[in-house]
Amino acid sequence: MAHDHDDDHGHGSELSEMQLRVRALETVLAEKGYIDPAAIDVIIEAYETKVGPHNGARVVAKAWSDPAFKTALLADASKAVVELGLMNRVGDHLIAVENKPKLHNMIVCTLCSCYPWEVLGLPPVWYKSAPYRSRAVNDPRGVLADFGVTLPGDTEIRIWDSTAETRFLVLPMRPAGTDGWSEEKLAALVTRDSMIGTGLPKNPQAA
Amino acid sequence: MDGIHDMGGMHGFGKVEPEPNEPVFHADWEGHTLAITRAMGYTGVWTIDQTRAGIEELPPEVYLASSYYRKWELRLEKLVVALGLAGADELAAGHALRPGKRLKRKLEVADVPNTLTRGSFARPAQAPARFKPGDRVRTRNIHPATHTRLPRYARGKLGIVEALRGCHVFPDAAALGTGDEDPQWLYTVVFAGRELWGETAEPSLKVSIEAFEPYLEPA
Repeated sequence: MAHDHDDDHGHGSELSEMQLRVRALETVLAEKGYIDPAAIDVIIEAYETKVGPHNGARVVAKAWSDPAFKTALLADASKAVVELGLMNRVGDHLIAVENKPKLHNMIVCTLCSCYPWEVLGLPPVWYKSAPYRSRAVNDPRGVLADFGVTLPGDTEIRIWDSTAETRFLVLPMRPAGTDGWSEEKLAALVTRDSMIGTGLPKNPQAA
Repeated sequence: MDGIHDMGGMHGFGKVEPEPNEPVFHADWEGHTLAITRAMGYTGVWTIDQTRAGIEELPPEVYLASSYYRKWELRLEKLVVALGLAGADELAAGHALRPGKRLKRKLEVADVPNTLTRGSFARPAQAPARFKPGDRVRTRNIHPATHTRLPRYARGKLGIVEALRGCHVFPDAAALGTGDEDPQWLYTVVFAGRELWGETAEPSLKVSIEAFEPYLEPA
């Protein structure tokens, strides 16, 4: 657990304080007529069940399998992802960035927590944490080491700081030894972290 | 605003600690906080940039000591009170003591799927783009006390325009809540690691930011 925050489990009093505060806030805003508690429940359910990195994994697997789709994805990811039919709409400013043998991309938001929600779901705690946001831009190899990832010394590392409404999705390299694999089987190799750039796809031999 | 939120390049925060099998929410109230934030955003009472400014304006000691969703909850309380949507006395009481204001719209269950998608921030341009891919630019050395999206580590630095991303709502203006979006051209500007961090920087490092035209001058 990150040491700087989100460890409510160790502080029961804060948890109950927050439960009470949020309940009071929701009640007041509902009684004022601003929000519908039924809609609140549907939003929570959607983030818990519908939105998530499984969508991004399907996009990556399709790009690995279909060169025309890959070209379309790199040209206009918002358009290409919608045409894939996984979701009705995607925000207008999604950009896919491609890893290559000598180029590794990594995404961060140093100012807050900008992240491609529609294809990866809500960001993990570490992505929003001070250690990641402070170090990704000046010590990316150290950050990768925290994830157990080592890249060759001559690989260029490119950090994308998400400082506007553009959102980035890393297209990792297709692992060797996956010739003839179905998109479904390929998608199982695509981890969330490989689409952020803090990880690599799973080893096909171990999958 | 030169606040604690502007963390790029700071030292001392320690290792990144991924959590295996992390749940979407760590407590029930976190999901409610996120959903209330989305539902209130839908009513049109504030811009996304006003909400970012709301987090940045938390006292630094509160910012650093609070979990992510606790920051969101504190921001919600602050914004609804500041905009006169509810009183601090009502939040303390846990019930409305006065009728609500009339807002533009309310998020109903049937509209939820559409709100899961981010809207478009593209706007018609006020003038032709000043820069094109390949241009050398220098970021301006600005320190506004209000919201900006130019991080401290990338101010006064020499970079190359890599891409033009269209004309977008300008966060520095939209955060003020006046209704003026002041649309500006947005660029991806890439910097060598050594330009940002000096001679000891990793030679193979490049960092890009998404820079609005007012952040840039020709170099």
